[in-house]
Amino acid sequence: MDMARSEVRKLAAEDYSTAQHLEHASRQARERNYQDFLIVDVDAHHYENESYNEVFTYIESPVIRRQAVESAKRGARASMLGGTIGYQDIGGRITRHELRRHDIRRHDKVGGGNHRDVAMTLEWMDAMGVDYSCLFPTPMLFLGLHPQVEVEVAMCRAYNRWLCERLLAVEPRIISMLYLPFNDPDAAYKTVKDFGDKKGVVGFMVTSPRYKPVHDNAYVKTYALLEEMGKPIAFHAAYNWHDQSLSLTNRFISVHALGFMWFNMVHMTNWVINGLPERFPKLKVMWIESGLTWAYCLMQRLDHSYMMRTSDCPSLKRKPSEYMREMYYSSQPMEKPRDRSILEATFKMINAETQLMWSSDYPHWDFDLPSVIYDLPFLSDSGRRNILGGTAAKVFGLDPKPVKKIP
Amino acid sequence: MPECFVAKACEMQDGDRRIVVAGNAEIGVFYKDGAYFAYSNTCVHAGGPACEGLMINRVVDVIAADRTYQGQTFSDEVHFVCPWHGYEYELQTGECVGDRRLRLKKFDVVRRGEDIFVVV
Repeated sequence: MDMARSEVRKLAAEDYSTAQHLEHASRQARERNYQDFLIVDVDAHHYENESYNEVFTYIESPVIRRQAVESAKRGARASMLGGTIGYQDIGGRITRHELRRHDIRRHDKVGGGNHRDVAMTLEWMDAMGVDYSCLFPTPMLFLGLHPQVEVEVAMCRAYNRWLCERLLAVEPRIISMLYLPFNDPDAAYKTVKDFGDKKGVVGFMVTSPRYKPVHDNAYVKTYALLEEMGKPIAFHAAYNWHDQSLSLTNRFISVHALGFMWFNMVHMTNWVINGLPERFPKLKVMWIESGLTWAYCLMQRLDHSYMMRTSDCPSLKRKPSEYMREMYYSSQPMEKPRDRSILEATFKMINAETQLMWSSDYPHWDFDLPSVIYDLPFLSDSGRRNILGGTAAKVFGLDPKPVKKIP
Repeated sequence: MPECFVAKACEMQDGDRRIVVAGNAEIGVFYKDGAYFAYSNTCVHAGGPACEGLMINRVVDVIAADRTYQGQTFSDEVHFVCPWHGYEYELQTGECVGDRRLRLKKFDVVRRGEDIFVVV
């Protein structure tokens, strides 16, 4: 129980702090006794572009390194990595995106040997009641669309090295599924080989907006290696407003709603129809940040057609939905229909109590708190604990003992 | 009903606000265009600090008489926005703009001389 307080606060931008911004989340964490059990966030972010000056120094090619460093001097005007069209902060309404500069200044002032992203990440994790966070980049979610494959490979390798050295090696509560340079299958394989045993690396992640089919034979050796290592492969959704179909949309709400489902629906369809679950039965596959309704929809669509067109997918021994039900899904952005029975049916469809993993997506604009899962009345106690952290602990090999410090 | 002191009237400029914490209640008190408004500071969506975000006018589509789209503009209707996720509320009523069936709890504001109080 929180102590009753009496105070009057002014709101001053320069007083912004993540802990204050998330004070209501901390209250939820205290009221629901999150301290007593494990909460793992399988999809959270930092803004790696704020550290590009450091990351670029890790680029191994001296030519690409120079190009990156020089282009960064001119900001967005001539960025080598390109910008992303969009206004995720809803015209400034999501205030933390702008106000975080006060957090950055505060953390830089405190200093210390660790990268500030460590302290900044732990701050919001504790505020929400999170024990472990799987940290992903932000602008690099779109790097799979870069026309220069060698730039994706170089930047990916630099980021992964930087992340492992500066964040994962120093903070056990921060983990990651490392970026796979999927447009170069050999480089993807090498990434798993080189980084698979690094501290805090719990799997590998493919950014979904890209135009390479997941069933290409070129990826088979990477899938086999991941299966052998017991490391999951995750497909992290995002959008591409230049995609021919999505370019017909004229508002961010539209491209976001469709785009974050679209690429994962394509990859999932290819993954299942080409029999990859039969070829790699022990490979753990995760689908991140598409919400839940896409799977509910796609299971029914594919099953319906499968019964008539088994000759299109002769590798399958079961209905597509049965394979999909054995994969893993992150929860955010969790749709919340007014009729809760629809959500309950969605959970049932994907075997949520063993296959769903809670994710925040913090600090992005549509983040979820653990309470979106904790407060659901139709979950069993064990299912609730699984979704909030138990399943992730098993898949990632984490100690299930809570380690957070809720303020 | 207990009253909580908010501020001296002269301390609150147009568009200014205060967050009043009284026991377990958190209330956002706004001063805009000569009037005071007070609402629960807990968003109906995810429990965010609903009254601590941007104040911004409502966006409207401009549709001509021939029903063609002519762009967008801001109307006179003032909103405040939960900074967590962008849920918008009408300042005059506390109604959630995306679903008018939802609204923030409203509190009365009284002025006694130069002192502003919210009735908790």
